[in-house]
This record gives sequence, structure tokens and C-alpha cells, in this order.
Amino acid sequence: MEKGEFKIEISQINEFSALIEFGNEINEEINKKIRAFCLYIDEHPFEGLIEYVPYFTSISIIYEPLKIDNYPPFEKVKTILEDMVSNINIASIEEENIVEIPVCYSGEFGPDIEQVAKINNITVDEVIKIHSEGKYLVYMIGFAPGFPYLGGMSEKIAAPRRESPRTAIPAGSVGIAGMQTGVYPIETPGGWQLIGRTPIKLFDLNGEPKSLLKSGDIAKFYPISYDEYLRLKEEK
Amino acid sequence: MSITVLNPGLLTTIQDLGRCGYQKYGVIVSGAMDTYAMRLSNIVIGNEENEAVLEITMVGPVLELQKGTLFSITGADISPTIEGKAVPMNRPIYLKEDCTLKFGACKSGCRSYLAVAGGFDIPIVMDSKSTYLRAQLGGVEGRALKKSDVINIGVKSTISSRIISNLMETKWEDDFVTSSWYVKYYTKRNYKSTVIRVFEDRQFKYISDESINKFFRSEFNIDTKSDRMGYRLSGPKIELKEKLEMISGEVSMGTIQVPPDGNPIILLADKQTAGGYPKIAHVASVDIQRIVQLKPNEKISFKKITLKDAEKLFFQREKYISDIKKSIKLMTM
Repeated sequence: MEKGEFKIEISQINEFSALIEFGNEINEEINKKIRAFCLYIDEHPFEGLIEYVPYFTSISIIYEPLKIDNYPPFEKVKTILEDMVSNINIASIEEENIVEIPVCYSGEFGPDIEQVAKINNITVDEVIKIHSEGKYLVYMIGFAPGFPYLGGMSEKIAAPRRESPRTAIPAGSVGIAGMQTGVYPIETPGGWQLIGRTPIKLFDLNGEPKSLLKSGDIAKFYPISYDEYLRLKEEK
Repeated sequence: MSITVLNPGLLTTIQDLGRCGYQKYGVIVSGAMDTYAMRLSNIVIGNEENEAVLEITMVGPVLELQKGTLFSITGADISPTIEGKAVPMNRPIYLKEDCTLKFGACKSGCRSYLAVAGGFDIPIVMDSKSTYLRAQLGGVEGRALKKSDVINIGVKSTISSRIISNLMETKWEDDFVTSSWYVKYYTKRNYKSTVIRVFEDRQFKYISDESINKFFRSEFNIDTKSDRMGYRLSGPKIELKEKLEMISGEVSMGTIQVPPDGNPIILLADKQTAGGYPKIAHVASVDIQRIVQLKPNEKISFKKITLKDAEKLFFQREKYISDIKKSIKLMTM
């Protein structure tokens, strides 16, 4: 995709935000455009910009209406954003950034892994093999600090959400819900089928960057033993 | 100088205008629910508008304040008193002696804001002092206030010091002195339903015609499960023309979502960074303040306006706030 070829739609959401839509389906192409836009706006923030939030197919732009030198402010913001979109360049996207995440599968950390195996008519070892062989594109971060929405899970290990959600899922839990896999960064209630747990933090207040993953990264999981889990946990 | 918590009340947290810039990492904005009342509480005592304040919910705390403290209370009227005497709201109050501030019956509203001149001297986490309870960050150790907490107070601004000198010239009553001037703040004192102005989202077109009628002509009850994340409404069910497969995306403070059960949810200060339910409308930002001052089981109804109208109201409100700031500056010249 060359410069300036994007078909996009910019609309006003409310008094203080705009939305840029890059399409209406989840795919890597759109994710790339969104990342390219984020890189551009990071380097060229406009006066009055508060923040931007990338999603699967869109980016919301939150601004301070009083700092936009026009009434109504959105008209000017729209012009600025159109200009930015015409300047972004997919080639600015770097090589894929692979982030490896250790996971201690099954046992007390993966109480639902047998269920996931049973649903799919495979063994627990096969679930681990398939899950840890996958490459997962981080589409966006949301829901909780550092929580990645990952794409690319094999349908051979898909499993519906639990009928009754757990009231507390420990931080680091790795789970499956439908065609999605994910890691819970903080303790929270949830209905995912839990298959393991990672000792590393997905969100670290004192770290820089604070979120281990960002939109566009490739997440990979690798199995570790319980002892390794404890050792890595200790190191943190 | 500091404030000591003798009793925390129902839910008292430290909030400013929120943690902006980190939603892309999944960090919610948080901040005061009623930013209008919260800003006024700071403005009348000469603080920066964004200074962190106490957000007090329905049942107030008991606080020990020190001699020399300049503070203000805005928002819900939870009958604040010092030594049995009513503390007037929406204006600066200066303490001549160490005092115990108590609250009583919640006469109007749901959330009260207490600002102290100089602000709260607590750590700034990702550019904000706001408390994010679920992730346990910001505020005092990421939690609601509890008994025996001592919160340090920062250095007063020049405007604060001038407000104090002006107050010293007035007649001293009791242990505290207040100004004769105050700012106006709307609070509901009757039991009629509150009319909330909303404008359509683009997804509004997916609601069935019957549900559109119901949405604008019925009363909704604020469910007891409502909290800082969102107000859940019950009333007529809002149905879509057909089932929609939504991709998680943008949500703002004031967005009205409709989950499959048909009961609308108004997203508020602690909203998640992304939402996956159909969005039907947005509350005009000037009316968010009216919603968050309603208690569970109170009633609301919706009135349709345009986004242009909402924008006009927003600018009027900002003009009003900026005029207040100017007159306070003039008074303290």
C-alpha cells in the first residue's frame, strides 16, 4: 500500500472526540494502517490533542475543544486528521516485534485445560503444543491495563466461555474464550477457560514501557515447568 | 499541613480530571464523576482546576482538619458540619482552629467534592492522582480512604493566600470563616425524574422503531448495580432491528450502550477503554453531571438534542466557568 491510498472515514463522536475508521473487519492489513497512523501522530501531535486510542479497525482521537482554534472544533480536527492520513506510510512499520511469554500450562494454573482438550477431542499435551506453537498478532490493548486482544489462535483449541464466570481470576492467567486467547494482567472476574499462567507482568507501573505488549507486536507463548515459573516469578 | 481520616464514609476516593494518555495501554481514565462540581471546588479556593480532590459518595467521612486550612465543598449536599454548625457549600471556608468536619444526611445529589487549597500531596501515577480501584493505582495506595489515613496538603497558590487574607478581614464567627459570595451549582431536590439530554450515535439506526419511541417516552430507573464505571438502567427493553456482531471499539464517558438484555448502560468515569456493545446515543457532556448526582432507584428520562446543540451547551458551560475564574481573580487582586 502506497502513501495516500487509504480509504477512511472520519466522524465526530461527541463534543471532544473524533473517530477514524480504516475498515470494518479485523485483519492484519487494517492493523498495519492503524499502527502507521499511530507512529505518525506520535511524531506529529496537534495542538489540543489529549490522546488517541487504537482499536481493531479504528482510532479514536480525543481533543480539548477549547484548544482547537476553530468553531466548531471538529471541522478543523477533521482537516488535520485527513492531512495526517494522507501522510502516513505503511513502509514506516518496522519488522515484526516478537515478544515471548513463558507459560506454566495445566495443573493448578490451568484448571480448564482438560475441558478444552475434551471439547476439541485432543489431549492436554496437544492443547499445549498447539497453543505454544501459534504466533499471535496483538490487535489492540484494552479491557484492563496491558490486556492484549490477540488474533491468530488455531480453531483446534477453541472453547466457549465458561457458563458461570469465576469471580476472581489471578493476574497472569492464560485463557481461551471462543476463538481468542489472552492473558489477564490484573486480578479480575471473567469467564475464560484457564489453561495456564505466566510469571511475567503484562503491565508494570514502574516499567518503561508500562505495557509488555503493544498493538502490532507478535506474541508467542512457550511452556515452562512449575519450578521455572517459581524462579521467574522470584526474579520479578 | 494534613488531613486525618477518622472515618472514611461509604466510598471516599481521591480524584482529579483523570489519567489521560494511557488508554492505549488499557489504562482507564478514572477521575471525578462530576467534573463540573470538582472543578468549581478547586476554583473557589484558588487551586488549579485539575487539582486532586476528595470524591465523597452518599455517606460522608469524618475528617480532622488543621487550623489554617482553606477548603470548599461542592456537589451533593451531604449536610457537612463543624462542631454542629452547618458548613455552607460552593464557597471558600477558612479554619481558625483545628476542626472535625462531619457529614450527615444526603439531602441532594450523590457525590460531594472536597478540595483543599494546595491540593493533596500524594504521588502522581501516570500523570494523575486519580484512584483506579480495580488496578489498585493512584490515590492513596490505589484504594478508597480508610480510617487513620493521613493525607498531606501541598503549598497554597497566591490566589489561595489572597482569598485567605480577604476572609480574615470579614467578621469571625466560630472556628471557621466563609465568604459571603458563592458559586451556583445545580442540584435536584425533588422526586421527579431528571431529564437527560442525549444525541444519537451513528448506531442509533439499528434500534427498532418501537424501541426508539420507548427510549424517548419512558422513564428509566437507575439500578442498584450502578457504580463509577457505569449507570445501569432498567425500564422498557431497547431492542435492535436485528442482532449485530460488534467489533470492540471506541466508548466515551456518556456513551449509552445496549447489551443483549436490552437494559441500557451509561458509561462513566471508570469506563473500560473499549466496548463491544451497540452504542445508541451519548449524553450531552454538560448533563453527565446530572446523572452522576443521581442515586440508585432514582428516575431519568431522555430528551433528544443534536450534537451541535450539545456542543453549544458545552461552550456555554466553559464560558460560565471561565467567567467565575475571572471574577475570583478580580476579587483577589
